[in-house]
Amino acid sequence: MTGGRALPAAARAVVRGDRRALAQLITRVESRDPTVAPVLAALHPRTGHARVVGLTGPLGVGKSSLVNALLAHLRALGKTVGIVAVDPSSPFSGGSVLGDRIRLERDPADPGVFIRSMASRGRAGGVATATREVVRLLDAAGYDIILVETVGSGQVDIEIRDVASTSVVVLVPHLGDEVQTLKAGLFEIADVFCVNKSDLPGAEGAARDLSELASLGTARDGWRPVVVQASARDRTGIENLWTAIAAHEAFLDEDPRRRLESERRRVATELVELVRDRVAQEAAERLTADPAHGRLLKDVVARRVDPRTAADRIYARHRKPTTRVRRR
Amino acid sequence: MGEPPAATPIRVLIAKPGLDGHDRGAKVVARALRDAGMEVIYAGLRQTPEEIVESAIEEDVDLIGLSCLSGAHMALFPRVLKLLRARKVRDVPVFAGGIIPDDDAKRLRRIGIRAVFGPGTSLEEIVRTARGIARHRT
Repeated sequence: MTGGRALPAAARAVVRGDRRALAQLITRVESRDPTVAPVLAALHPRTGHARVVGLTGPLGVGKSSLVNALLAHLRALGKTVGIVAVDPSSPFSGGSVLGDRIRLERDPADPGVFIRSMASRGRAGGVATATREVVRLLDAAGYDIILVETVGSGQVDIEIRDVASTSVVVLVPHLGDEVQTLKAGLFEIADVFCVNKSDLPGAEGAARDLSELASLGTARDGWRPVVVQASARDRTGIENLWTAIAAHEAFLDEDPRRRLESERRRVATELVELVRDRVAQEAAERLTADPAHGRLLKDVVARRVDPRTAADRIYARHRKPTTRVRRR
Repeated sequence: MGEPPAATPIRVLIAKPGLDGHDRGAKVVARALRDAGMEVIYAGLRQTPEEIVESAIEEDVDLIGLSCLSGAHMALFPRVLKLLRARKVRDVPVFAGGIIPDDDAKRLRRIGIRAVFGPGTSLEEIVRTARGIARHRT
């Protein structure tokens, strides 16, 4: 599977089902430990089996509670489940309180469940490079379904689409009038809309607005978003929610090219991001080491140079891989 | 974008074993540790020792904080330690807080609880201690 090469010990442990080894690998991915690269490389051929479902939506709509309800439903169906729950890091202290576990009920002796909380650590958009890699580790460990719960999203937080093969946008009644649903961003990425807290008045109206939105215009990639109502509290609609998710996954599998295309799109984004992150980091390092940068900074503040001109000059200086800056 | 590969924050699990509902202390401590730059996995109320240990393993934490105000600490805390050992988790220290009589605190320290905080402990002291005893990644 890996071209005859032996798997690194950590990769072997994950494949064997060693939960602690898996947890420790996740930590290394999260902290951007460069030594994890060979392990990820070795595990890559063993991934691609899990179905990755993202749940996103504004804060407080009940994403964790829905994940909890889905977890029980999926375990009853005999599926093993990995959960990645992302919560925000403080932009001030860097710390965070990751509280999604509070709502997750599970039998601690059940090896068919693995739950991991992740702090966003300054990565914008809720989910990013690290999430993708954590999902792959869970995939390699053999979990059938991986549920990714994003941080509470805003109108433009659509990154989950780059991680999950099915994106569920969770909403609640009375989040706004139907014009909200016409706006760009969050509403565009849903494969499934879930109106949670449907025990509250207004759920019907919200679901109707969303159904109207879904039926308007052309279906993206041939799929029209499905709208379901659920109440995580009352445990109603959970089966419908899963059926809608499974239907989208089945739609992707119906034509192998669809699944391939959906994956290609995500990998394309990932590769650009990986390269961009390295370039950006290298640029940041070089800039701080370059005295000309400091001078330009002063010039911009003193209004002698405008920001675009300064950026042009910096860019021109650093374009070539060999710069004299470092040797000075 | 391109933020530096910052030092990994200390990950700490805060959990309340037992049946009492007094989680204010645990929340205040969680908040203080957050403000000190740690990643706090807050597991909340009524956790069984088994759940706590499984969470600690899955979250790969560097430290576990237990809070108990029901009086059952002498049954619950040692059970967490025992389960950790049974799962071969030997490098993750445990600290505790709650209404814990001095004699009990002494006994808990003897069996391996690294620190016991009673009412009135300053948050500063808790943060300092947590930083000091947390597992350090190499």
